[in-house]
Amino acid sequence: MYSEKVMDHFSNPRNMGEIEDASGVGTVGNAKCGDIMRIYLDIDENHVIRDCKFKTFGCGAAVATSSMATELVKGKTIEQALEVTNQAVMEALDGLPAVKVHCSLLAEEAIHAALWDYAQKNGIEIKGLKKPKSDIHEDEPEEEY
Amino acid sequence: MEKTDKIIYLDNAATTRTLPEAVEAMLPWFSVQYGNASSIYRLGAESKKEITDVREMIAGSLKAKTQEIYFTAGGSEADNWALIAAAEAYGDKGRHIITSAIEHHAILHTCEYLKKRGFEVTFVDVDEQGILKIEDLKKAIRPDTILITVMFANNEIGTLQPIEEIGSIAREKGILFHTDAVQAYGHVPIDVEALHIDMLSASGHKLGGPKGIGFLYIRQGVKIRSFIHGGAQERGRRAGTENVPAVAGLGAAVKRAFTDMEERTAKVCALRDYLAERIEKEIPYCRLNGHRTKRLPGNVNYSFQFIEGESLLIMLDMHGICASSGSACTSGSLDPSHVLLAIGLPHEIAHGSLRLTLSEENTREEIDYVVEKLKEIVDRLRQMSPLYEDFIKKQKVKG
Repeated sequence: MYSEKVMDHFSNPRNMGEIEDASGVGTVGNAKCGDIMRIYLDIDENHVIRDCKFKTFGCGAAVATSSMATELVKGKTIEQALEVTNQAVMEALDGLPAVKVHCSLLAEEAIHAALWDYAQKNGIEIKGLKKPKSDIHEDEPEEEY
Repeated sequence: MEKTDKIIYLDNAATTRTLPEAVEAMLPWFSVQYGNASSIYRLGAESKKEITDVREMIAGSLKAKTQEIYFTAGGSEADNWALIAAAEAYGDKGRHIITSAIEHHAILHTCEYLKKRGFEVTFVDVDEQGILKIEDLKKAIRPDTILITVMFANNEIGTLQPIEEIGSIAREKGILFHTDAVQAYGHVPIDVEALHIDMLSASGHKLGGPKGIGFLYIRQGVKIRSFIHGGAQERGRRAGTENVPAVAGLGAAVKRAFTDMEERTAKVCALRDYLAERIEKEIPYCRLNGHRTKRLPGNVNYSFQFIEGESLLIMLDMHGICASSGSACTSGSLDPSHVLLAIGLPHEIAHGSLRLTLSEENTREEIDYVVEKLKEIVDRLRQMSPLYEDFIKKQKVKG
């Protein structure tokens, strides 16, 4: 069901771990729905993301999208990192099953949440960055069978 | 992580390996004795005899009468048939059905179907071990209750229900009692007379038989409508040319199941308890789901805190271990298993569940290997989990 890339990022996740005294940390998702992602950013004085790490509670796709998202934002400026969309994460992973698309949204949201935290801590405004939702599922209707 | 070609199969509640004797029993009925059982000539009569023999054997295994066994294409069909046909046949008497909150979807979704057609359904709760709350069942009974359907054993957590007690209550009140015994038949003794069961569903592939065959036991005297129309097969109640190879395969599996049940069960139970003991001793922050003793011989179900089930399954698969989980990602919805929620697990604990279902083919060496891998994987996923990170930090603060 998963592409080889997804399986690769799931079995050998890149940048898994935490950054002590990170410039920004963002946690999104909730345990109720079965996925939580936390992104740590280390940002230098030129607003370049020097390092990025993640921790994720979730399915194979959740782990793979977190891993890929950290790869995509590492070395980028915060403005460039903002442009890393869930689409970009999915494409880089050669696609995701339809039921797992929300995982890529979660990854995008986690990056935004970490950037938001960085902006708050440093009293700066990042153009185009909105306050992240704490839970990407909050707008979704309950499923029925 | 390295991939492995070795398979350790611990998902026998999903399906079992078809027994070699079942495969062998099936073979002649494809291209040697291929006659239609309804035909008059000898080739057909042989098919007919095989079907009758298997029917007789199944009846004997349940202490039922031969004419009370109806072959179906599996357990789900038997469940659908029992509920829909009973509702139709007894709909004039009443419109109320009682079931449990932890039934298989073949029952739950059929109940939803009947609700849309004017029936009322009460879903009785279970306790923390997954045992039906008998007092709640008694309270749920109304003058217009026509059917009680409660599974014999749960497919996820393996809990065995107090079937005799439920059967007695139903019989006393004159209410039909159906049980979905798909997980139990062939694994634990069942006596339909002693347990006051009016209808019982079973499936072939959960006990070493082929897929696509099952049966419904309908006690003589129960008024129940035909399910498939178009022929005299199965006493006119379930038309369609009989699947003779599958019936023969089921027969071989049933024969095996009832020949060595005691010995086999003892072996599987010992292996199950060994696995459970090692998990509890060696993996911290886990919880047994289901009743410790009133459970199916092969069922082991644990929740591992701070991790998610699908990730666990994929990693086990990389080591050749086949298992299942009640996490949302494996159920295809956002919610984890209704069974785990019904026994009171919070969502995040339910997401981290793992079901390992053993058979007599598993060995102690396999179990040892599984425990070793499970320890590594749970640890690895916890290292990856923000929930675990938060938990450890809190522990440190507490000192």
